[in-house]
Amino acid sequence: MDFSFTEEQNKFRQEVRNFLEEEIKKGYWEPACDAWVQGFDPGFTKRVAERGWIGLTWPKEYGGQERSHIDRLILTEEMLRYGTPAACHWFGDRQVGGAILSFGSDELKKEFLPRIVKGEAYFGLGMSEPGAGSDLASLQTRAVEDGDYYVINGQKTWASCAFFAHYFDVYARTDPEAPQHRGISEFIVDAQSPGLSRIPMTDITGTEAWNDIFFDNVRVHKRYLIGEKNRGFYQVLHQLDYERSGMERLMGNYPLFEAIIQFAKENKLSQEPVIRNKLAQLQIEFEVGRLLIYRVALVMEEGRAPNWESAMSKAYSTAFEQKLANAAMEVLGPYGQLVSDSKLAPIRGLAVHSYLGSKGYSLQAGTSEILKNVLAIRGLGLPSS
Amino acid sequence: MKLTLTEEQEMLKKTARDFLAEKFPKTFVKQMEENETGYSRELWQEIAELGWMGLAFPEKYGGGDMSFLDLAVLLEEMGRACLPGPFFSTVVLGGLPILDHSSEEQKQEYLPKLIRGEKIFTLALTEPGYQNYDASSVTVEATPDDGNYIVTGTKLFVPDAHIADYLLCVARTKPKNGITIFLANAKNPRINYTVLKTIAGDKLCEVVFDQMPVPKANILGQLNQGWGAVQKIIERAAVGKCCEMVGNIQRVLEMTVDYAKERKQFDRPIGSFQIIQHHCADMATDVDGARFSIYQAAWMLSEGLPCTKEVAIAKAWAGEASQRVLALAHQIHGAIGVTIEHDLHFHTRRAKAAELAFGDADFYREAVAREMGL
Repeated sequence: MDFSFTEEQNKFRQEVRNFLEEEIKKGYWEPACDAWVQGFDPGFTKRVAERGWIGLTWPKEYGGQERSHIDRLILTEEMLRYGTPAACHWFGDRQVGGAILSFGSDELKKEFLPRIVKGEAYFGLGMSEPGAGSDLASLQTRAVEDGDYYVINGQKTWASCAFFAHYFDVYARTDPEAPQHRGISEFIVDAQSPGLSRIPMTDITGTEAWNDIFFDNVRVHKRYLIGEKNRGFYQVLHQLDYERSGMERLMGNYPLFEAIIQFAKENKLSQEPVIRNKLAQLQIEFEVGRLLIYRVALVMEEGRAPNWESAMSKAYSTAFEQKLANAAMEVLGPYGQLVSDSKLAPIRGLAVHSYLGSKGYSLQAGTSEILKNVLAIRGLGLPSS
Repeated sequence: MKLTLTEEQEMLKKTARDFLAEKFPKTFVKQMEENETGYSRELWQEIAELGWMGLAFPEKYGGGDMSFLDLAVLLEEMGRACLPGPFFSTVVLGGLPILDHSSEEQKQEYLPKLIRGEKIFTLALTEPGYQNYDASSVTVEATPDDGNYIVTGTKLFVPDAHIADYLLCVARTKPKNGITIFLANAKNPRINYTVLKTIAGDKLCEVVFDQMPVPKANILGQLNQGWGAVQKIIERAAVGKCCEMVGNIQRVLEMTVDYAKERKQFDRPIGSFQIIQHHCADMATDVDGARFSIYQAAWMLSEGLPCTKEVAIAKAWAGEASQRVLALAHQIHGAIGVTIEHDLHFHTRRAKAAELAFGDADFYREAVAREMGL
């Protein structure tokens, strides 16, 4: 065992910190909770890309750096610590690029990976549907072959990054006769395709971070099929393992963590035993979660897809984020309810926003219930029900 | 970064697991709980011959020259087996502090005997009253008298004191924070022992020093400057206890998952019910969280890195996580798990004892708070 980082890794972490602190100093953006998924900032993505920090682990052939998954975790950990607006590249970097690498044709790899790496191709996800949430295999969006094309009809919901994504990673039914999980295929769909429309959804924080996407005879060329026809469900399971793997599940609202500790110190609240206890418990749970996530990166480093390991870390970590938001509200007392633009709102209203926003953390990318099923069945070998 | 054991450590783990399973079945553990001494001299000698007592000591004292991290692996297996006896007291509370803090002469005198299994050691630290492990709470006094110090007062929860040959006794030699560690002959007639009856059936003793003389030469480390060493001893003891705890709850998880696969109700294994699956998933998360945070602390100790925060995190987490794990284990085992015939209670009782030893979660949460600058 070795819980240390190499000298190069420490240097890299410092390099990332220096870059981000410089960015903040220049006033390019302000640290924010959830900015990894909601922070739209093409300039930031471009500057990150210029440093070679998108597609860090990918083959050089496609513009990647062939660096380790630990390096990538260090990078994302720091991005989250500083609450960076990284949504433009986050999904392509985290999972869609990986899906193309694992299952896509050479043609697709050449077309998309270098553009993701350069920060020029933004991806959103089209997985969930109004009738297909946890039971993703029951999705109804149809893709029907028509010559060299597939014609897609249906509706996706909770599509992340939808208003700025150039492309969507879309799962649609290509064989309605086959058993549910054997009739789904994965496509890259151009967001500008005729027949594709996006309608923003307003979540309980008042943010329009997600969209409904409607497909009305959207034509997608066959070369934009990722992997094998009808194998999409297996591919999405693989992709979800990566979607769940990262530090954003623990540090999505990290700016709040720093802010509430600072607030407690400045207001002498930290001398109250109950508050000391509460904040220390959060710190303990945070550090444990961090180790669970580093384990996931080490699994990836061995060349395995993280499966129950990322299910474990994600379910654990989102519960932490929710506890953090709730504890911050408790520390602030009645002031906690004041939203960011209210008179007297403490810590920029971060707590109340995060309290509401965090309700979704344990739903995205697999509900905690689904994740615990994965952990129990795949990790512990319990019989499926 | 690497979170797996080396090949050698895996081998040590396997050897230990096999040996302990063979020699220390639960029937034997039960006997030892009921037996006044709490250990078997023959098995103690066998353990010594395996080189376990000496594992983490330098070769020149007869040790195996391995690291604290290697010892951690062994302690984990001992926790898994619910091993009775004075191994932890002798090695973690006695031997390693001697290695760290005593003179070369003292090391030469005591360590080879310890490593050969000839002598049993323990630590007399805790005292009656509220326990918060600070120097000011030490009331047992040692006053100089010619070539001796005379020790008076009561220590509590001293593991295996009744069978020990030597006691590391933490005593006040100066008002305020003048603390000294003495290496006392545990067979001194001016010591009275009472074995307390505990939840785990381990042998925690009340130790009363009635004007016990200890030669000045038996001071371990510096006169009046002992508290720093005591803190280090507590820190390592906490981590050692954590290693036992993770071994314990890992086993509990395995027992519970196995039971959930076998036990049928409503014509199906109960492990196929989602609620049971989620309980097991929660248990596994608690166990892995314990494993990584504990091994992080053990690794840092082993490397000689400052790790006050990491130790505090490990012990706070392990204490509460093990209680959650045992609660769910009992729930899933159902009524069979609360019978004395079933093995689960060995783990339940030891998990609670371990949680209370060397600082509980509240104690370490406060330590984390201090480390956070609160």
